[in-house]
Amino acid sequence: MTTSEIAVLGVGMHKWGKFPGKTFVDIGVEAARNALDDSGVEWDEIQFLSGANTVRNGYPGWVSASTFANALGFQGCQIASSYAACASGATALSIARSQILSGICDVALVIGADQVAKGMFAPVPGDRPNDVDWLRFRLMGLSNPAYFGMFARRRMALYGDTQDDFAAVKVKNSEHGSSNPNARYAKVFSIDDVNASPVVADPLRLLEICSTSDGGAALVVSSLDYAKKRGIKDPVKIAGISTVSPTYPNAIIDMPYFASDSWHSVGDQHHTFKNQIARHAYREAGITPSDLDFAEVYDLSSAYELDWYEHIGLCERGEARNLLHSGDTRIGGKVPINPSGGLGAFGEAIPAQAIAQVCELTWQLRGQAAGRQVENAQIGMSINYGMFGHGSSVIARI
Amino acid sequence: MSKNRIPAVDGMFTMDFENPQLIGGRSKRTGSYYFPKDLSGSDPAGGESGDREEVFLSTVGTIWSYTTASYPPALPYQLVEPFEPFVIGAVELEKENIVVCGQMMPGIEIGDINVGTKVKLALDVLYEDEETEHIVWKWDLLGEVRSDN
Repeated sequence: MTTSEIAVLGVGMHKWGKFPGKTFVDIGVEAARNALDDSGVEWDEIQFLSGANTVRNGYPGWVSASTFANALGFQGCQIASSYAACASGATALSIARSQILSGICDVALVIGADQVAKGMFAPVPGDRPNDVDWLRFRLMGLSNPAYFGMFARRRMALYGDTQDDFAAVKVKNSEHGSSNPNARYAKVFSIDDVNASPVVADPLRLLEICSTSDGGAALVVSSLDYAKKRGIKDPVKIAGISTVSPTYPNAIIDMPYFASDSWHSVGDQHHTFKNQIARHAYREAGITPSDLDFAEVYDLSSAYELDWYEHIGLCERGEARNLLHSGDTRIGGKVPINPSGGLGAFGEAIPAQAIAQVCELTWQLRGQAAGRQVENAQIGMSINYGMFGHGSSVIARI
Repeated sequence: MSKNRIPAVDGMFTMDFENPQLIGGRSKRTGSYYFPKDLSGSDPAGGESGDREEVFLSTVGTIWSYTTASYPPALPYQLVEPFEPFVIGAVELEKENIVVCGQMMPGIEIGDINVGTKVKLALDVLYEDEETEHIVWKWDLLGEVRSDN
């Protein structure tokens, strides 16, 4: 397998937060216009629009590409709408890449945006006893934070992590996010602040669990030739995208399942999809974890960020807290993690978050991440995953 | 008059209150276990459908991890007012090499369990209406007398 690169010509976001007076369309269109402005490409020059869907905004959300195309003004370009839970943005980007690398189009726009009700995510309504996402709520009240709590307790038992270790992740990311104009939360929290917030899913507290946000993000991507023709020298390039599905078994229980797969066939109870997502991205980009200058990882909770250090190969299993306390994962350290502030500073906006991660990769690689810049960043990785088994990871380089 | 008792979902556990069992699947070809039988990840080595036979899973296991639901879960969870926070256990079944979640029985506090604590399967009321109790599996402590302190 050989992979060719595409160029990132422009990135744009709509600030994340709660915007009850706006629709997801308003939010997505603002992000798209920012990305177009950043790229210098006009909307009527876009040949392909890839939309990441939202399932919480009715029919327009399920056909997001035509919704966004209409909102920007129907100009006849080809479009595709896709949904892959939290991996939707990476899926939408991978479709745009395929269009570009196959020569079907030269330049594409990728958009994801969401507008959701306050509070924890709940399954879409209806009676569906054959849907594990419905069953986990119905049979045991297994909400998303409960998984984060179980992962955290597991770390404490196996590796000796403490609640203060987890709180330290929140503190770090709040510092990173404090100067990010697109982040929802600008406040810098202390360990005491974290420990003073109420427990949601033992051992995790309210400030350690990412909130549900409204937000949007967009990218203008093109072939390297197109970038050259536009006179763009040395653009940020997408070197790898991972949208893999799991290789059986997923021995570590994960949303939305309420049982793990049996590890009988592999004899390894740490055999997990999350390692596989990163592995494929590294393979496409032809790099190893030691090549990374920084990464944006899926910190649905403070403790979960530590899991990702291990899943993406920055350290051995159980060593993440040492990596954290060494300062390596803070801006100024060897491999800063979540320089944007991560989901801790943004909250989740499902179809937008994988795209927002690529915005941050781009700003960092261009040296435009004012107040949170990773010095001399050359290669960055983003990673998350969509529940039920959608991988999502992007490696970008300058 | 006692209420009618029905399972909160069909086909996942037996309604034997003395010795309840989870109903899972086992691949005839690979020997891997599945729970629920047809709603989990699939081993491509298991081949076509029909490979999974219905089996009862072990009724005793050890805590793999645990947490609390300190706030009311969203629908379709059926809230019982006033909401009482509960403990959730993920339980490792040794023979099956599988982890199965469930609420811990009422009265079990977070401090009563650790990773490695032995537990056994139990049945309890998940929610009820005027005529019917909807039953689900939960995990209970094994061989330990809980103190009420």
